[in-house]
Order: sequence, then structure tokens, then C-alpha cells
Amino acid sequence: MKTAAETTNVFNIQRFSVHDGDGIRTTVFFSGCPLSCAWCHNPEGAASSPSLLYSAEKCVGCGRCAAACPNGAISFYDGRAVEDFAACTACGKCVPVCHADARAIAGKPMTVDEIVKICVADRMFYEQSGGGVTLSGGEVMAQSLDFLLPLLQELKREDIDVNIDTSGYAPYEKIAAVLPYTDAFLYDIKSVDSEKHMKLTGVDNSLILSNLRTLSDDGARIIIRVPVIEPVANCTDDDMDALAQVLDGVCFERLHLLPYHNTGIYKRKSLGWLSSQSFTTPSQEKLEALRSKLLSHGIRDVRIGG
Amino acid sequence: MTDRVKRLREISTTAVPSISMERAKYFTEAYKMWEGSVSVPEMRALALRHFMENRSLYIERGELIVGEKGDKPQAAPTFPELCCHTVEDLQIMNDREIIFFRNTEEQREWHAKEIIPYWENRSIRHRILSVMTDEWRDAYAAGIFTEFMEQRGPGHTVCSDKIYNKGFADYKKDIADAIAALDYQHDPEAYRRREQLSAMSIACDAIITLGHRYEALARELAEAETDESWKSDLLTIADNCAVVPEHAPQTFHQALQMYWFVHLCVTSELNPWDAYSPGRLDQHVYPFYRRDVERGALDDDHALELLECLWVKFNNQPAPPKVGVTLKESGTYTDFANINTGGITPDGEDGVNPVSYLILDCMDEMKLLQPSSNVQISRKTPNKFLMRACEIASKGWGQPAFYNTEAIISELMAAGKTLADARKGGTSGCVETGAFGNEAYILTGYFNIPKILELTLYNGYDHYTGKTIGLQLGNPEDFDSYEKLYDAFCRQMEHFIDIKLTGSAVIERIYADYMPVPFLSIITNDCIATGKDYNAGGARYNTSYLQGVGIGTITDSLSSIKRHVYDDHDFTLRELVDAMETNFENAPDMFHTIRSSTPFYGNDDDYADDIMKDVFNFYQKTVTGRPNVRGGQYRVNMLPTTCHVYFGEVMLASPNGRLAAKPVSEGISPDKGADTHGPTAVIRSCAKMDHLRTGGTLLNQKFTPAVLAGKDGLSNLAALIRSYFAMDGHHIQFNVIDRQTLLDAQAHPDEYRDLIVRVAGYSDHFRNLSRALQDEIIERTEQNFG
Repeated sequence: MKTAAETTNVFNIQRFSVHDGDGIRTTVFFSGCPLSCAWCHNPEGAASSPSLLYSAEKCVGCGRCAAACPNGAISFYDGRAVEDFAACTACGKCVPVCHADARAIAGKPMTVDEIVKICVADRMFYEQSGGGVTLSGGEVMAQSLDFLLPLLQELKREDIDVNIDTSGYAPYEKIAAVLPYTDAFLYDIKSVDSEKHMKLTGVDNSLILSNLRTLSDDGARIIIRVPVIEPVANCTDDDMDALAQVLDGVCFERLHLLPYHNTGIYKRKSLGWLSSQSFTTPSQEKLEALRSKLLSHGIRDVRIGG
Repeated sequence: MTDRVKRLREISTTAVPSISMERAKYFTEAYKMWEGSVSVPEMRALALRHFMENRSLYIERGELIVGEKGDKPQAAPTFPELCCHTVEDLQIMNDREIIFFRNTEEQREWHAKEIIPYWENRSIRHRILSVMTDEWRDAYAAGIFTEFMEQRGPGHTVCSDKIYNKGFADYKKDIADAIAALDYQHDPEAYRRREQLSAMSIACDAIITLGHRYEALARELAEAETDESWKSDLLTIADNCAVVPEHAPQTFHQALQMYWFVHLCVTSELNPWDAYSPGRLDQHVYPFYRRDVERGALDDDHALELLECLWVKFNNQPAPPKVGVTLKESGTYTDFANINTGGITPDGEDGVNPVSYLILDCMDEMKLLQPSSNVQISRKTPNKFLMRACEIASKGWGQPAFYNTEAIISELMAAGKTLADARKGGTSGCVETGAFGNEAYILTGYFNIPKILELTLYNGYDHYTGKTIGLQLGNPEDFDSYEKLYDAFCRQMEHFIDIKLTGSAVIERIYADYMPVPFLSIITNDCIATGKDYNAGGARYNTSYLQGVGIGTITDSLSSIKRHVYDDHDFTLRELVDAMETNFENAPDMFHTIRSSTPFYGNDDDYADDIMKDVFNFYQKTVTGRPNVRGGQYRVNMLPTTCHVYFGEVMLASPNGRLAAKPVSEGISPDKGADTHGPTAVIRSCAKMDHLRTGGTLLNQKFTPAVLAGKDGLSNLAALIRSYFAMDGHHIQFNVIDRQTLLDAQAHPDEYRDLIVRVAGYSDHFRNLSRALQDEIIERTEQNFG
């Protein structure tokens, strides 16, 4: 029997992940995130507990889910199930009975051994491609060190390259604790403007930026990742100027501009979230222009995409 | 691509496939003239010579390599001595919507008058079908197996470097020496050897005649030609044909022409499966390339143009017209001539040379279905070569496929070949391993493994033919454990393998006695030395392959039964068997349980993968090592061509939820929609099979173009290949998905559960995207392709 202390919730383990660091990787997505980015593309990882995802567009109205639900959270309107997410406890009883595959639970408790077993399976691919494992989320740094350190130690014992994909929003002591086991940090900067950052993500960015400088001083290998979200974040020349200024003095290997994509919208709907602001994907020309701007500031390696 | 090649390529890809009756005419004339007065091998050789002496010639303006199998591009000859088509067959070939061969009323009338009366009761097909046992016929009718040699000759034969070192005048001398050395007093077979060798000598004359006739035609055309450039080309053609095939080639151009004459003679003598293949072409012609370049007579542009002219020639020859089950198992114009590029040299060094890169360029520019252009990747292959091959593969038309040199060598050595012969080997056809130039490795037929389980579950009864054709080993109620059911399945499989191989023994004997191939025997070691025919065991190595089909479907079916019937008691075997009969229509809950919670093959899940290993090992052990008629042994390989579609058509729904008449899984790839954990999990599952005990396996992987985009995408693809090969995988090929497939994936998401698409900065399963996002990606992909 797994105890709560021995497990943590993971909402996806993606093998053949090729956009989260070098080479072919396995990315572990941990549940739970202290930020609430308006454009979040993995909203099913926001909560640290499991969440129900329900795609109404797939529902065929057969009623099996309502019969299976112990909480009376499912009613019917216009031939389709309607989910009362407030009443749903994400127990998952409705998932196997749904013939339309409209239901899924994001997040299941996993032990260190279970995670490592999956990660080790693709060792051959890591070795051939220069890849490894990326710990992501949610926010991996929001996980307890009691879980993270044994996981990292086990992965290093297997001699697997480990990247940490983080928003940097965590006490530095925690980051310092994982540093000895981390080959690279994929470090997100959502916005260098603190007011904007608060508005768009719900948290202040001063901890994030100071952690970045400390991490740099401590000699970590850092890859900066910057989302380009039109019209709100990192989409103007001024944004790039400000970004470059903040990065001045920070030692990092390269910078990725990550264009906004709209998968999040669909998943938000499936989680019963109200739709928020709408954003647009920047054009290739715009991305190239932003890239040029950064290059003009002396940042040598700027890439578009993950 | 030069204008010359553009034009030739255009002709090749737009010519309408048709039937050419010329071969049938001259072969029939020859049989009428000589049959009975000469030995069977001599009869065959005389028929080939008579054809080559009289057949029409064809030189297309601008071409630099000459010779067609029919009277023009895309014209396919017929082989009535093997398969005497009925008038109805010809009409069907003419009328069918795909894989048609146009033929005229006049041709059909002539065929009815001249060909049918002579051949209908004498053809090999007639002979075979009339001597097969009832149980063989029942199993054949039920689609348990197919029979490769029922209308095509034994094949899968590949050229070595033999034809580049000697001309056919030299071989005539070798043959004469062999005849002179026969010891009639101590060798009771001496006279038979003499007949065979004499036939080979006649076959040498056949190809020499063809060369000189082309020489004469080219000179004649040159004399009348006013365009100086084409006139000069014609004179070069004439000069080349004055040398080859009678003598060994002296230049790169002559070497390619030599190959092509040999290809025409092998494929005119009989219609062997998979035509004939150049094998390690880059290594064979490299000495000529180097010499020509060094003396300033050749540059890369011209070498590429010559290779492209040869490519057009391959593409001009559709596979011989097939009918019936044989059409279903191989429903394509492709004749599977297969070129292996790269690999290692006979000395064990890296085999990639400048011609290897030219062949990749040729492949990339020509984008033709034929020849099947593949690369052998060894541990020694430079990444530059692998990356260039990946770049071409990422363009999405399926070529090149990738083969593992070290696996090929191990497979060949496990089958008794010497290291030297193994290093010269490779793969032909689809993925079949052979010792090029030294081996007759003949495919005997496909074997429908999932259908064996169906027969077992219905106590030997076949719903497709309405007959009890299998062993009666019990009803569903009798199998009270998985082990009992699995044991019955194994006994049923062994039973049908016995029936199949018993039939094959008779068929191989018929070919050995009545359909020798003296021409092919000249160029296959050691037929001259032993005085024996290629079809009678004259080759150094003689393998017969039985190709297992549907490993994904059978694994998932057994996994479903094991999990739901015996482990979890979700339903009984009787309930499952009844549901299969109604195509699961009366059992939606059971269907959902099976599809949503069965451990399926292709997910790196040992529950399913262990079952795959059990089935594969049993199949492999039951077949491997049995003797064939030619003094060699049976082995297995795991490939379907298009037979997985036909094998599905003859089946009810299966226990894994595959619906009635739907295709079974292809090659060793997971069943459609079964794999949901991405390509590394698929590769891990597939690598749990012991490929080295096969003669080839086939794995298809699907990607969207964007996943493989850029240098990083190609590097990851190269790493996937290197990883799979490090795990002893035999072969892998990539489908890079186009718009049409994405539309289909949108309409049938369950069949494309493994489809990964690049979204924006990350990748996801296509099925997990909203309709709107799918639409967006479909549009974007179209732009990518535009």
C-alpha cells in the first residue's frame, strides 16, 4: 500500500518528448503550481490533487457516467452530460464506464520507483540522442524535497541526464538542494515587468529574478524560456529590451522564445474553468523580429520554439 | 535534375500500364519448336534465346540506359507457362480500378486462340492446384496462408559483384570448362549436370544477342539522327552495347548498362518475386566511378544523371499482373527491386563511398516508388550519411527505409553463412535477408497467425468458408485456463504449418523439375560449379521463408482473453466468442472494456509483450530448421506486403476488438490504435522479439513532418534509428503524415491513437486535440507541404 508521503501526483509522463531540453527525453509532469498564468497550457496540472477532465463535445449522452457517479455531480442537458465540478471529487468512477472516452482523471499518485522505472526504460534513446529526463509540471519545485531528492538521487544513480523545467518561483534553498543533481535548468521568465507578472500569473516576479541570478552565480547550466503571448507578454521590442537588461550579468546557455498555443483553452473548458482572456499566436515574422532584437543586445543563441 | 531526366521521368510516371503479349508469343513458339527434343533446362534457355533474338527493341529519345521488359515503358509481359490467364482474367486486369493493366480486345482474342489452348492444362499453376491436397485447398480458401509460387517464380534474388568482373563470353568459357570436367563414371548426376550447364551456355547467348541487337539499333538510329547531341549519345549506347553484356564493363556507364541487361534477362526468363535487385550497387560500381573520375571521363553531375536514367528503367517495369489471392497479398505495381546503400564492405570496413551519396541524391530527386531505395546503417556508418538519409525520409514519402547491417550479418550467420558471405549480404523485397549472389532465399507464403486463434476458439470451424477445417480441440467451455487455450492454439498452428510446408515441398519440386532458370543460375554462386539449377538447390545457400503476419493482432487478442476472461473474470470465453460472431454489436460494454483496458502490444508493457514473445518463439521454432526440397532449411520472417488486409477480410471480429473484415496488424508494428505511449515505447516492444532468429522484420512508424523538422528533428530521428538498431532491430521506416491522413485521423480518431503531431513548441497526440486545433494543424500542414 502506497502511503501519501511516499507518493506524489503526476498528471502525465511523456516519452519521446523532444521539445523540453536536448535530445529525446521523458518529461514528468507533476501536479500543482503556485502560479496561475492566464494562458496556462497545462491547466490540468494546476491543482496538486487529481482533476477530472470532461470533454462535452465527445459526450454521446448514454448516461453511464451519471449512474456511476457517487456524488450526483452529473446531470443532463440537451442530450449531453453536464458536470458539476464543485460536487466532483475526481474519484474517477465515471472514467472507465464512458464509451466515448470523454472523461479522464489528470493526476495519479506515483512513487519514486514507479517514476524511475518508466524513465529508465528509454535509457538507450537518451544515450543515442544526448537526451534524458525533464521534470516539469505544474511546478516541479513546488514538490516536497522529501520526494524530489530521492527521485533525483535515483535518476543520477542511473546516470541519467536531468533537466528541471521551472518557473523559478520557490525558496532558493529548495533550488540549491536540487542543483547538485540537475544537469540543466529550463528557466521560464513570464515577464520581467513585476506589475504585469503579478497581473498575469498571480505572483510577484522578484523571487524568480533573484533566484535566477543566484542560480547563475552558483554555476548552474541555464536555458531561458520566454513565452510570447500576444497581446500581453513579451511581444514588443520594449519587452525584449527590458528582458535583455534583466538578463545582463546572468550566465545562460541559450534562450528560447516559445510562441503561445491555444491547447490550454480546450483543457480549461474540460476542467470546468471559465474562459478567460483570449490570446493569439505570434506570427513567424514577429518571432523573428523579437529574436533579432535580443540578438542585437548581444544574446548569442536565441531560438524560436522549444 | 536535367531536362533529359525530367522528360524520361515524366514518361515513366505517366505511361499507362499495359499488357505485352510478345513474350508469351515467342516462348510459346519456342516450346512448340523444341519441347520433347531437348532437356527441360535447355528448353527454357532456348525459349529465352528465341525471345531475345526476336523481341521488339525500344530506345526512348534521350535515355542513356536501354532495354525494356515489354515493348514500351509500363508494358508488362505475361508468363503463360506459369500462370495461363483466362480471357476473364485479362478483362478484369483491364477493367479494375486500381492496379489495372490495359489490354485490347484484339490481344484477348489472340490470347484465347494462341495461348490458352496450349497452356491452360500445362501451366505450373494448373499443375500445382491440381496436385494439392483437400486440406491444403481448404486452408488456402480460408485464408490461413497464401502461396507465393502459384503464379510467380521463386525469387528474392539479388546480384553480387559477379557481373561487373566478367562478361557472358567469360561465363560461357567457365561453363564449357565445367562441362569438360564432368566425371561421368563416378558421378551419376553428370549427364543432368551437362544438360543444365548446356542450358546456361545457351542462356549466355540469349543475353549476348540482346546486347548486340541494341548495339545495331543504336548505330542505325545514330546514322539517321541529325541532332548532334543525341547522335553522340546513341553512339555511346552502341559502343557500350558492343562491350556489355558480352564482356566485362569498362566504365561506370557500361557497368550500369550491364546490370540492366542482366535484370531484363532474369525477369524475362521467369517472373520471380521481387524482380531482381542490384544489391550493393554503390560498392559494385564504385571502382568504375573512381577510375572514370580519375581519368577525367566522369563528374558527379553525369554520374547522377546516369543513375537517374537507371532509376527510370526500374520504374518503367510494373510488377507482373497478378490475379486472385496473389493480387490481394501484393496489391501493388511495385516489383520490389531493392537497392541497399551503405553498410560495410566485405572486409568489414565502412561501406559508404561517394556513389552512396549520389544514390541518396538520386533517390531524393527522383522520388519514384521503384526501385525501393534503402540504406544499411552499421555502427561504422558516418552520421553524415545517416543524417542525409533521415533528411530524405523526413520528406514523407517513405524512402529510404533503414536496415541494420549488424543484425543482417548476425541473422545470416545464425543461418549458417560464412562471415565473408554475410558481409556481402543485405535485404531485398521488403525486408528479407539474403546472402547476395550466393543464396536462393525463396518466400513461400504469408501465414495468418490471428486466424489460427479464431479457428481454435470455434473448435476448428471456419466461418469464412463454412467448413470445419482445423483440429477440433475443444469448445470455449473446455478451456478452463489460459494455458489450456494457448496450448490448443499452438497445436492448431503447428497443424496448419504442417499443411503449408507439405504443399511447399511439392511446389518446390515442381519448380526444380519443370521450371529451371538457367540464366539466373549463371550469375548465382555455385550453380556453374555444381551444374545445378537455382531452383533445384544449385545456389550456395538455399532458404525457404514463411512470413508470419498479424503478430500485433494475435498478441492483443491473447492479452485480451488472458486479462478479461482468466485474470479479471470480466466475461467468459463463451460470451466473448459469441460477441465476436456478432461483431460485438450485442456487447458494447464488453467491446469498451476490451478497447479501454487491455494491455496492448506496442506500449512497452511486459504483460502484452511477453505474449508476443511466446507466440513469436513458438512460430519461429515450429518453422525454423525444417528441411526444404533444395537442400536448405525453412526460416521465418515477419512482413505482410499488403496481405494483412486480405487476412483481415477472411476473419470475424477478433478478441482484441478488431472488427470483422478489418485488416490485421502489419509487420511487427502494433495494431492500429493499440500503441499510445509514443515511438520509444513501440520500439522497445518490438525489440523484445528476437530479430536475429528471423530473416527480417518490418516496422512502420508514423510522424508528422513538423516532429522531424530542423536539424534537431533529424538528429532525434537518427537517434531513434541508432537506438533501435543497438537493440538488434532489423528494419524501420517512417511515414511522415500528410494532410489526407490527418483528415482521416480526424474522422477515425480511434485508428490513429498513436499519431503524434507537432503543435507549437511541443508535441501531442492528435487525438487529444480539440477539433478546432486539429483543423488548424491540418491547414498548417498543408502549408508546410505547399
